Amino acid sequence: MKKNQSKYILAIETSCDETAVAIIEDGQKIISNVVASQIESHKRFGGVVPEIASRHHVEQITLVLEEALNQAKMSIDEMDAIAVTEGPGLVGALLVGVNTAKALAFAHQKPLIGVHHIAGHIYANRLEEEFLFPLLALVVSGGHTELVLMREHGQFEVIGETRDDAAGEAYDKVARTMGLPYPGGPEIDRLAQLGSDTLDFPRAWLEEDSFDFSFSGLKSAVINTLHNAKQKGIELKKEEVAASFQASVVEVLVEKTYRAAKQYQVKQVIIAGGVAANTGLRHALKDRFSKETIKLSIPPLRLCTDNAAMIGAAGMIAYQKGIKTDWAMNANPALDLEAYGSR
Amino acid sequence: METIELKTELETKQLAGKLALLLHPNDVVTLTGDLGAGKTTFTKGIGEALGVKRTINSPTFTIVKSYQGLLPLHHIDAYRLENSEEDIGFDEYFHDGGITVVEWPQFIEPFLPEERLDLVIEKLSGEERLVTLKPKGPSFEKVCEELMK
Repeated sequence: MKKNQSKYILAIETSCDETAVAIIEDGQKIISNVVASQIESHKRFGGVVPEIASRHHVEQITLVLEEALNQAKMSIDEMDAIAVTEGPGLVGALLVGVNTAKALAFAHQKPLIGVHHIAGHIYANRLEEEFLFPLLALVVSGGHTELVLMREHGQFEVIGETRDDAAGEAYDKVARTMGLPYPGGPEIDRLAQLGSDTLDFPRAWLEEDSFDFSFSGLKSAVINTLHNAKQKGIELKKEEVAASFQASVVEVLVEKTYRAAKQYQVKQVIIAGGVAANTGLRHALKDRFSKETIKLSIPPLRLCTDNAAMIGAAGMIAYQKGIKTDWAMNANPALDLEAYGSR
Repeated sequence: METIELKTELETKQLAGKLALLLHPNDVVTLTGDLGAGKTTFTKGIGEALGVKRTINSPTFTIVKSYQGLLPLHHIDAYRLENSEEDIGFDEYFHDGGITVVEWPQFIEPFLPEERLDLVIEKLSGEERLVTLKPKGPSFEKVCEELMK
């Protein structure tokens, strides 16, 4: 039941393959956080072919919404606002969440708040601890690799991003070439702990002052090395390949994050997105920042992957600033993070 | 069916830029070529000509990345849809007034519009590429005629 002066946000996320609803108190406390794939009857297997069609979201959204309200023991009337991922993402998937949010907000006369998906991933960290500005976020997943500078709440500056593949995508492609089971990222991470960096794969530093990334060349180098070895009948140890590949990815991610943190004199560095689960990356970041006064925050795994709690956390900032999205809001697959931050 | 030989990466981007300016809202271009053939480079060339300011990078994982330029640009990579017959709302992209570029089009063949421009990019050596133009429909035949000038 609703008590005191707390503010509650009901948040919805349907930008890709997860249907998720959460209820967040004061932007930092999770009251409930339901992701469709976690519900017993919807457990998926394999997961290689993405379930991204809108009909999957349509089938699940009502169930997930009810479950989130039941777990919280709250009703929609007790909410102070409805937040939803407005973009970027797949338009058909986004539309399900956006239209659900609009219908709920209209029927219950609640403010409607559109949220940027990547802003959500960054704000997942605020469900654990308060932000210190200026703040640098390394967003690293299958679809994204970017460095985002925040000088205050709700404001974002993309200071670097991948020019080709995202780090998670490189993991996936290398794992597939190595014949590792899906999902390949965690498997490479596991094997890397058992081997050492002996193959000396390239590091893409790009221009000296650039915070951009490039993983396409590394991916090709690993695939070529595997093919050449196979042709010559040489058997490369999987552990060595995994460790050498991971060393290259991690070194570039960590070093660019470190340099950016120093250049912009940030007080906090946070990691967001699915690759934040990588143990090699976590250890290397902790090492690199161990002698610094900069606070390093790595969220728990359940908040690294797509969820609605992070959308509620980011939505709370807009709510506090009095930024409402009007009824004309539509799914915006090309929503720009910097433009979103300057609303 | 016409072919164009390109000597450098810059020439590839310039051809893409020239093509972008000949396209109309709701046009679909497919790109076929091996890993490293230059599909993303070609798409970057289209994006730059359309005034997209953001970095165009791989949509393999997200399947689609959309950008705002003078027109919207949708960059689709159907690679992960090989064993899927799902319609992820392709028409929403093809008919929203923008330009759509599709990589690995063979995996979503049933959803593609009949009238479109199919391009095949082959790596000859180093930065040299051979682009084959396969227009489908009269308006794309005209686009190709202009492109060859």
